[in-house]
Amino acid sequence: MKDNAESYVTTDGRTIGPVVMEMKNITLRFGGVEAIKDISFDIREGEIRAIIGPNGAGKSSMLNVISGFYVPQEGEVWYKGSRRPPVKPYEVAQQGIARTFQNIALFEGMSVLDNVMTGRLTHMKSGLLSQMIWRGAAEREEIANREVAERIIDFLEIQAIRKTPVARLPYGLKKRVELARALAAEPSILLLDEPMAGMNVEEKEDMSRFILDVNDEFGTTIALIEHDMGVVMDLSDRVVVMDYGKKIGDGTPHEVRNNQAVIDAYLGVAHD
Amino acid sequence: MALIQCPAGQPASVPALLHRNAEKFGDAPAYREKEYGIWQSWTWRETRDEVEALALGFMELGLNEGDFVSVIGRNRPRLYWAMMAAEMCGAVPVPLYQDANSEEMAYVMSHCGARFAVVGDQEQVDKITDVKDQLPEFERMIYLDPRGLRKYDHEHLSQYMALQEIGRANRDKHIAELEARQAKLNYDSTGVMLYTSGTTGKPKGVVLSNRNIIETAKSSSEFDNLRQSDDILAYLPMAWVGDFIFSVGQAMWTGFCTNCPESADTMHVDLREIGPTYYFAPPRVFETQLTNVMIRMEDASKFKKKLFDYFMGVARKVGPAILDGKDVSGMDRLKYRLGELFIYGPLKNTLGFSRVRVGYTAGEAIGPEIFDFYRSLGINLKQLYGQTEATVFITAQPDGQVRSDTVGVTCPGVELRIADNGEVFYRSPGVFVEYYKNAESTADTKDAEGWVATGDAGFIEPDTGHLRIIDRAKDVGKMASGALFAPKYVENKLKFFPNILEAVVFGNGKEECTAFINIDLTAVGNWAERNNIGYASYQELARHPQVMQQVQEHVEAVNASVAEDEMLSGCQVHRFVVLHKELDADDGELTRTRKVRRRIIEEKYADIIAALYDGSAQVSTETEVTYEDGRKGSIKATLEVRSAKVFADNRKMAAE
Repeated sequence: MKDNAESYVTTDGRTIGPVVMEMKNITLRFGGVEAIKDISFDIREGEIRAIIGPNGAGKSSMLNVISGFYVPQEGEVWYKGSRRPPVKPYEVAQQGIARTFQNIALFEGMSVLDNVMTGRLTHMKSGLLSQMIWRGAAEREEIANREVAERIIDFLEIQAIRKTPVARLPYGLKKRVELARALAAEPSILLLDEPMAGMNVEEKEDMSRFILDVNDEFGTTIALIEHDMGVVMDLSDRVVVMDYGKKIGDGTPHEVRNNQAVIDAYLGVAHD
Repeated sequence: MALIQCPAGQPASVPALLHRNAEKFGDAPAYREKEYGIWQSWTWRETRDEVEALALGFMELGLNEGDFVSVIGRNRPRLYWAMMAAEMCGAVPVPLYQDANSEEMAYVMSHCGARFAVVGDQEQVDKITDVKDQLPEFERMIYLDPRGLRKYDHEHLSQYMALQEIGRANRDKHIAELEARQAKLNYDSTGVMLYTSGTTGKPKGVVLSNRNIIETAKSSSEFDNLRQSDDILAYLPMAWVGDFIFSVGQAMWTGFCTNCPESADTMHVDLREIGPTYYFAPPRVFETQLTNVMIRMEDASKFKKKLFDYFMGVARKVGPAILDGKDVSGMDRLKYRLGELFIYGPLKNTLGFSRVRVGYTAGEAIGPEIFDFYRSLGINLKQLYGQTEATVFITAQPDGQVRSDTVGVTCPGVELRIADNGEVFYRSPGVFVEYYKNAESTADTKDAEGWVATGDAGFIEPDTGHLRIIDRAKDVGKMASGALFAPKYVENKLKFFPNILEAVVFGNGKEECTAFINIDLTAVGNWAERNNIGYASYQELARHPQVMQQVQEHVEAVNASVAEDEMLSGCQVHRFVVLHKELDADDGELTRTRKVRRRIIEEKYADIIAALYDGSAQVSTETEVTYEDGRKGSIKATLEVRSAKVFADNRKMAAE
């Protein structure tokens, strides 16, 4: 593993920056259940960091710790060089962290465009009164925000469903709309909770391409949870492997794939 | 054939027309494209500046006169400009089908020896990169959408706008030469080269001169009274001659505005927003729209459905007559007016046809019901007949003489001749110069006097002068009994049923005709949904007994109708199968313009055809399929072979 401070260039020519977020000895308990046991790892700027593991390994809990939704009983979360105190969800959003959910959490009755626009909320500064009168600052702000939203709609190729209510969309597209909403916040770290769960091969390929393009185009750091090993190995720069709340592997896809503990836990032990 | 002289003062090249329009209609919109949810537009003056900047950029790259520049991507103003910029430099634009695979591209690009390619996005860059080794002359790609291309090695890549900036920065260096090159362009210089989709063999490069383009654009624009204020929607493949003539030729000649949709999926929304006044679509698009309307009406409330049915009845009765300006009773007129208010108007608005003054369909035969549906709504839909080698126009239907079974009268300047075997020949100012690097094919197609063989069999109706096309001349054959065999005639009748997407009829030299059927997944799928029939795939739905029964009924209905035609009554379908996969251009079974490639289908499915003739009740088969990304797989299936009732005409009945 490379030294913490420096940045390096990957084999495919991308620059991976210094550590932007660090988990130090995180332990998370729900009553008597230890969901996460003393896990440490870091996320570097501009990388695609995957967290994998079998069902119930604590992946989603880990993501919720990163997003600040769960406060771990032990351990520290360091973000951009300083220790992060317990935070409210909106503060996390303001700090530039956006996420998508495993079980899609969109506003079903609203159009795709309106959903994406909600992602711009942290960027809207005009007051309630000004919003109501709809003059000057509020109007200019809406136009500017709409432009950002439209660029993301274009980027994710969802123009054709711009005005469609989300409830009417198929699953794969909803996932994409959720990604659009997260991107609309212009995050520096994007957390994706199983972005490809329940998708067919074609949809997975599309989503993979979008994730790579987002990383490439906007330089967004991405932390993702995923079940599909093939996808993870293709997409990510580094992989953390969890099993029963413990970290059992951490490294490049190649290193992880050849790690015996990972093979046993995740891919199953050969019965012979 | 006497040379048509370019009249004094009339622009003799596409770039010259662009300059004229920039002077004459400077501030009128020339191009619009929906991007980021807003229609962006460019005036003729801005268009000229953009095109010129790109042309200067080409000059900086070292584009020479006579070079070929491939243009590949969906319809976008900047790609149209790329074609014009190439023309400005004295080079020849070669638009390619954007869904062509790497090998098809490699063939075309190496055939013409393209040095540069202007492409839409990463997908096209990847395809060309794959085959670059086969293209020794190829130098550089200019891409439009930078997305995903950041990491690519830019040694052979330039961004479109960046190249325009380079062009602008080097204006002083190249402008004199660029103007000199444009001054050299005349009626005889090549305006564009278009590759035919090739129902048989490799694509051929059809060279069209400025004369072809401008003369055709001029006469056809006059034929339909096209105006500078017209709007069209450019959504058909740029590599297709029709799009080139509508969106470049006629747009340049009359100065109307070309509108490009946001993406292929948003076409119908964009159509509605733009409300074109001049519209072209292949029958398939009209069919899809009609199917959608009907499906949505099924779900409408009872009252609305009643209203719709009633007024559509009125429209069917008097709509076409009103459109043709014929006599209709006052009562019917009143009813039609009411219908316009309640049904036709809103429906046309939803479809995006409110403003259509001239609408055309061509490429394939259109079902009479579909054709009449649109005409009865008051949409002036007409048919035309043409081909790449004619710069589109051979015949077209004049206003007031529109029928679904003919393709119209000869266009201005076109002469027609029917050969003894029924093949249609034409001669016109639009007749192509040659097939590039293929003198042999040129000579086969075009004789010394300039007559061109269409390859289609047809006849001219004596009393109206309208041309009727029966089939491809080479597909017209004889049955074993000596009766005429015209597969397309039967196929078209089959395809007029919404449930049938594609049909291939066999029988040349045989005792009886048989057919392959493809069901229309949208239409049949919708029916299945309404009737609670579950299915997982095309294959499963296609073999459902009720679906088979429906297809059988359609085939028998067609047989009944074919039996009425004295000449073609032998072409009734005796046995058929519903294929286990959709015929696909990716598998080489259809051309990119979705025409059936008979020879390939006959070879590929020889086992099924054999079963159609040996009387077996079912056939097991395995077929190789190619996925969109080029990977191959195979489908195994057991198909049921069905016999259909045939109707002997009266003379034969006694014999059977």
